[in-house]
Amino acid sequence: MKNKLSRFAVPYVVWMALFVVIPILMIVVYAFTSADGTPTLDNFARIGEYFPVFVRSFKLALIATLVCLLIGYPLACALAREGARFQRVAMMLIMLPMWMNFLLRTYAWMSILENTGLLNRLFGAIGLFDLINSLFGTDIEYFKMINTQGAVVLGMVYNFLPFMVLPIYSVIVKLDQKLIEAARDLGADGVTVFRRVTLPLSLPGVLSGITMVFVPAVSTFAISQLLGGGQQLLLGNLIEMQFKGAAYNPQLGSAVALVMMVIVVICMTVMNRFGEGEEQAVIL
Amino acid sequence: MKKLVSLTAAFALSAGLLAGCSGTASEPGSEDRVVNVCSWGEYIDESLIGEFEEQTGIRVNYQTVPSNEELYSILSMGGANYDVIVPSDYMISQLIEEDMLAELNYDNIPNFSKIDDRFKNLAYDPENKYTVPYAWGTLGIIYNTSKVDGEITSWDAMFDTQYADQVLMINNSRDALGIALLDLGYSVNTDSEEELQAAYQRLADAKEAGVYQAFVMDEVFDKMEAGEAAIATYYAGDYLSMLENNPDLAYVVPEEGSNWFVDAMCVLKDAENKDEAEEWINFMCSTEASLKNMDYIWYASPNTEALEQYPAYYEELYGEPLDQELYEIMAAPQEVLDRCEVYLVRPAETRALYNDLWTQLSI
Repeated sequence: MKNKLSRFAVPYVVWMALFVVIPILMIVVYAFTSADGTPTLDNFARIGEYFPVFVRSFKLALIATLVCLLIGYPLACALAREGARFQRVAMMLIMLPMWMNFLLRTYAWMSILENTGLLNRLFGAIGLFDLINSLFGTDIEYFKMINTQGAVVLGMVYNFLPFMVLPIYSVIVKLDQKLIEAARDLGADGVTVFRRVTLPLSLPGVLSGITMVFVPAVSTFAISQLLGGGQQLLLGNLIEMQFKGAAYNPQLGSAVALVMMVIVVICMTVMNRFGEGEEQAVIL
Repeated sequence: MKKLVSLTAAFALSAGLLAGCSGTASEPGSEDRVVNVCSWGEYIDESLIGEFEEQTGIRVNYQTVPSNEELYSILSMGGANYDVIVPSDYMISQLIEEDMLAELNYDNIPNFSKIDDRFKNLAYDPENKYTVPYAWGTLGIIYNTSKVDGEITSWDAMFDTQYADQVLMINNSRDALGIALLDLGYSVNTDSEEELQAAYQRLADAKEAGVYQAFVMDEVFDKMEAGEAAIATYYAGDYLSMLENNPDLAYVVPEEGSNWFVDAMCVLKDAENKDEAEEWINFMCSTEASLKNMDYIWYASPNTEALEQYPAYYEELYGEPLDQELYEIMAAPQEVLDRCEVYLVRPAETRALYNDLWTQLSI
């Protein structure tokens, strides 16, 4: 043992083996066997039927990740420029919702977005529907927000936004101001400084932010059940159905989970390659 | 040496964790008597647990799962060591078929004699060797009288475009396809592929036409209480809970008939505390416990005396007479039950078909 501290890693290694490696191996074994334990590829052959679910899951998770990035990046930049006190308070405000239970937060959105929910009642109270109806001759009583794909994306963005803001913020706040000053001294304008200095240097934060938002979003099942009304089936719901629903087919569930894992790993690898390239370009 | 110590510590830690996973069974040979009970949430008056512990000195380890399917998945993964479980009829027949239940010694359960004959020897346990009924009820339509003109009497309402975006369909394959089967005049226990395909088509057409606002399970409470939807299908006992928060709601067992379900207490084959389990079962079907429990969970008890005495018990407790109509929703009269069918476990091919149709519908 070269490093004296490495013995402290032993419990972690044991932990990882027990709760990460072995479960993944079990998923692989399940995915390649039939209910009576004989090896088979049938589970994968059936996955084609669920193609629309894969498409929907990746589409919604991608949109949610993009929205998180578009909100999160400017927010992180703006925060990093403020004073230390302001930053502390703002960080706490970003973290605050995460101290509440995830399901509770999503349930709350359900009662906000419902046809008779808080938002629609507010719109009704300020006379928005009357205005629209008199302008366009329509007869609407509410906006349909719940049980749509938009509601699912909103739920994802709301729940996972902190996972985008925090890594980007932590990179930007440590960014060496001298580099920016040097770029300015050399005559770069604001846009060029951002494009050539800030953005490339913050890329590691962006990449981990994307990973931390995309992965939970693509596999969520609670958000799509509560805000999608059980009609926007995602991969997470499909897998859950195989383990906990009337379907009970852990072999198929494992196969779906495995395919999803492989696709996610491929996406992440490609993205990280792209990221590395950028960083090298900066150094060169 | 230090490495060895930390390794041992790590293993001890992980072994402890693994032991933790296997639940909280009693140590063999210890003086403590324990019984591990697993049931549904909000499905017992918890003061009964204390009473039982006081009377018998047996410690009750009470746990809950959300659905029959999840219970089955826990049991088949070997992830728990419950003694008593309270599954529904169709799951019981599946567990019996797979040899997972222990035969009961009814000599230890004298209160079994108080169970109404209507709830003995039911199709899921024809010789009544494994089960003691716990509660029963019907599946029906719950609707908001302020949003629906006139009375609903037929399952047709669950497929009617007149109520577009106002209907909440139940989010499990057995009940949802069952409703469509009943509406088409078929049995809920059919194995005919043609009939099941027709039922699927009925649901798919209605879904396509935008009848369903959502597919829900327990979210139905919030949505019906808030007036978010006009019509839903759910269980009688739960309707009574919703009624407390929204007096506009009405309940009907449609004329085509419905499912009536029985949840029964069973002991698992590998239960470590079989005697304690039977004592618990006996306690739960005593008339006093049944009355108290029925008042709390709002599902009817199968105990004959409790069923007879409940209206008087209610009046004494709350100082007002029990509404006869509500009582008949809780404990459906025989002429309603005559229209209804109990779910029976279907052969593996039918279960696979249910599964495929349901997934197709959800995609």
